[in-house]
Amino acid sequence: MSEFNGILTVTVFLPALAALVILLARPFNLEDRIVRWFAILSTVATFVLSAIVFLAYDRDVGGVQFIDHISWLSAETIKSSYLLGVDGLSAPLVLLTGILGTAAAFASRNINLRVSEYFVWLLLLEAAVMGVFTSLDLLLFFVFFEFEVIPMYMLISVWGSGRPRYSAMKFVLFTLAGGAFMFVGIFAVYLTGAVDTLTMVAIPELGISGVPEQIAGANLIAPASLIFAFFLVAFAVKLPVWPLHNWLPDAHTDAPTAVSVMLAGVLLKMAGYGMIRINIGFFQETKGFTVHDAAGILSVVAAISVVYGAIVTIRQTDMKRLIAYSSVSHMGFVLLGLTAIGGNTAAIQLGGINGAALQMFTHGTITGLAFLMVGLAYDRTHTRHIPHLGGLWRRMPIIGIFFFIAGFASLGLPALSGFVSEIMVFLNSFPVWPWAAGISAFGVVLAAGYVLWMIQRTFFGSRPPDGGIPQKNYDELTDAEPLDLIPILVLTIPIFVIGIWPKTVVDVFKIGIEGILR
Amino acid sequence: MNAQDYWALSPVIAMAGLAIVLLSADALLAERMFGGRRFGSKRALSWVAFIGLLAPALLALNLWFGWVGEQTSDPVVYGTFTADRFALFFQFLIIGATAAVILGSVPYLNQFRDSLGEFFTLILTAAAGMMLLVGASELITIYVALETTALPAIALAALRRDGFSIEAGAKFLILSALSTALLLFGLVFLYGYTGATRIDEIVARMATLPFEAGVPFGSLAVMLAVLLIVAGFGFKMAIAPWHMWVPDVYQGAPTPVAAFLSVASKASAFAVLMRILYAMADFDPVANDWQILFALIATASMTVGNLLALTQSNMKRLLAYSTIAQAGYIMVGFAAVGAASSSGTATAGPQSIMYYLAGYTFTNLAVFLGFTAIIHRTGDDTIAGLSGLVKRSPVLAILMSIGLLSLLGMPPTVGFMTKAVIFSTAVDQGLIWLAVVAVVNTVIAAYYYLRIVGLILFGDTDNTDRTRPSTGEMTAVAIGVAGSLVLGVVPWLVLQLIDDAITIV
Repeated sequence: MSEFNGILTVTVFLPALAALVILLARPFNLEDRIVRWFAILSTVATFVLSAIVFLAYDRDVGGVQFIDHISWLSAETIKSSYLLGVDGLSAPLVLLTGILGTAAAFASRNINLRVSEYFVWLLLLEAAVMGVFTSLDLLLFFVFFEFEVIPMYMLISVWGSGRPRYSAMKFVLFTLAGGAFMFVGIFAVYLTGAVDTLTMVAIPELGISGVPEQIAGANLIAPASLIFAFFLVAFAVKLPVWPLHNWLPDAHTDAPTAVSVMLAGVLLKMAGYGMIRINIGFFQETKGFTVHDAAGILSVVAAISVVYGAIVTIRQTDMKRLIAYSSVSHMGFVLLGLTAIGGNTAAIQLGGINGAALQMFTHGTITGLAFLMVGLAYDRTHTRHIPHLGGLWRRMPIIGIFFFIAGFASLGLPALSGFVSEIMVFLNSFPVWPWAAGISAFGVVLAAGYVLWMIQRTFFGSRPPDGGIPQKNYDELTDAEPLDLIPILVLTIPIFVIGIWPKTVVDVFKIGIEGILR
Repeated sequence: MNAQDYWALSPVIAMAGLAIVLLSADALLAERMFGGRRFGSKRALSWVAFIGLLAPALLALNLWFGWVGEQTSDPVVYGTFTADRFALFFQFLIIGATAAVILGSVPYLNQFRDSLGEFFTLILTAAAGMMLLVGASELITIYVALETTALPAIALAALRRDGFSIEAGAKFLILSALSTALLLFGLVFLYGYTGATRIDEIVARMATLPFEAGVPFGSLAVMLAVLLIVAGFGFKMAIAPWHMWVPDVYQGAPTPVAAFLSVASKASAFAVLMRILYAMADFDPVANDWQILFALIATASMTVGNLLALTQSNMKRLLAYSTIAQAGYIMVGFAAVGAASSSGTATAGPQSIMYYLAGYTFTNLAVFLGFTAIIHRTGDDTIAGLSGLVKRSPVLAILMSIGLLSLLGMPPTVGFMTKAVIFSTAVDQGLIWLAVVAVVNTVIAAYYYLRIVGLILFGDTDNTDRTRPSTGEMTAVAIGVAGSLVLGVVPWLVLQLIDDAITIV
């Protein structure tokens, strides 16, 4: 049975189509300005579509909506379909991708090197991420999950700084190695006798049953714990979880600003999304091993990620690297929230996972904003070395204000979005894993330390320290331009909205997660 | 011989006839018969060859659709040849590969102005041999077809007549002879056990013979035969541990010849091996044993190919190792050959292998022919020579990058889809470890493929002359890339075809 709504297909492929247009227009040697604005407008259009998907998602009906379904691959041993759809879990993440895509495109206004190529890759990246969040077929999910590597490789290695080739290759190899495990995991799931579909969720309206129902209690082709681990490794690399986080600081530090925004903002979220959809979604009633059995050990890993990430963050002297490591710490909270699946009551499980999902959304906007501000500051000072900076507040108060907002949201100041998600994670994981949650709470304390200390060293003081940027350059520093405010506000508004009125997103996530928990 | 026999053989006959036409045309043109300048008119040969390929292609299409003539998919010519859809599928691949190689190598062949006729005659003869091979259903025919394939290929490898090329030819000749000897030895065991050379008779006899059957080793003789046959074809398929000749021959042979060998020669060997194995699939003493044999060969081939490719600095050698690794991936599918899949049918193995080969044919031709277009202009066959290609020839650079990404198995290209299908057959057979090894191998391969893609797209170059490939070269590469994208995005197109073509089970 096939159904074709179309809106998601358009949302996913609009950026790709725009990329194709730019590519085909290359022989005409269009002005860079035209290409730039064309690309920006296409991301805005994608954002509008993603907002429509988010707002039009019927919360009273729930389930999977906006389905596009066509049979795609039907080989003897593997059958897959082109199946797009959003449920409560993916709808906010689609919106997040739309937001971050627009912010990233705006933040790329100053790219002058090989402009059309740059935007081709950036748009393809957005399309790939959008595809990950909307595809409900396991193989299609994997296709998008892997495809995202190519644009990232290109973007980091050509437009990056520092050691871009090295960082890009490291990113690729880590991701592909993780993806390789998932690839095998997909086969292992599909080739289980009782499973005859790759659909990740059941869609009763179309008469499609999903893997979670079919795999429940079935005799698996390999131990359930092994298949679980295959998926987990792929997502743990991507999230990233200690000790697989090694690629992240390099990739972030050397990537151009907009790519860091995308990487921190949405790419890491693909992993959290995958963990909820697959690791939790599939393995609740599997024979011999369920996700509940793994929650304990994962909570330990989460606590280590949070605290280790935070301690390493404090030691950083490069602003971008600092924020990159803080992502390791904050993504640890996501994992911690997920470990609430080991709880006894449905309310705790739901709350923890909901907190984790919200943490993904808020971290996307907060860290996106932080990277954006670092990028803006770096464009002016040409250094990110913290000891070389100081007194920036006097020269660039607007950048300073928004840096503050990002920083405070990141350390969990109430009324900003980071607080809501972290409190949800703690409240629900503490009853289940008091030690892990308790230790992780230090992550918040340390976050206050590294955020405030960095802001103090870079923005305060009367002038840059001796040996830092020369006084003459300092005097010539300028503040953000009016157009810079567009990406800044696009990212700041959700921080406030969720901080003050979290229901906007929490309720949607809740519908999705209720559907996944059985 | 009756009408049916001729119809069944018609594509092969047309191909062989075309080879003779080319040989005669070359002789005529050499005498300046038409008063043209010697080489100027010889260039027409490539167009005669290219357009002439329409004849075998149309005749094969006729057999597939059954337009005219008396046709049958049963064995014909006293049971020696079967023009079933399985054979036709591979004949299409071979004709297509031949056409692409001819189309994509016209400028390259300028350097062979004295032996242009030989080149076409040899390549068409080899193609005729392969087309015979994929339909051969009798042991002696298989042997004869294989030799018809091998001898022209050896001459082609030595065509450049420089040190590397002669070495390639000599090495190819000796190892080819050795492999054929092994194969013959295997066929002899099969004959000794069953007393028949026709595959259908062998199947029938196996079903009734006692396991001892009054021959040395009893039914073990069949196992031994399988081993020797696999070893014999192993050379053709370029799988480890019979891969030693591949890098040397690919490096020494003219690049279009390497392209031809890497695709057509491999595909035909895979086809005939599948046909032989399916004949024995119901023979209990061996059927379950070859799974582990193929799994080990696949592991060795993938690992050796990928690890050695990492250290190469010569592009042709790297591509050679890459084809060894690719053959290893195909062998993963062989582990499912003859065994029933979880859905109860025994067609999973051939389906995955044929899909892989179809995708591989397009992709590998794109990469090899793209490289052919570059190498004969720069004369530099190192990987470093590709540096900054995008500045010299942007379209070709992008096409080659897509081809390389497809070889690596990156979605949404066919390389990904075929790997997904072929690895799933391994998991289906319970060989999860094999799928893990295969997937880990693709990660290793990512390193060297991406390094080349990186060099092509971002490398520095002093050479700012724009390399302008000819229309023919560009078309051949573009068709290859288009094929690898289309087959990857809409796999059902070819899977439908393949389902019709699995007639050997």
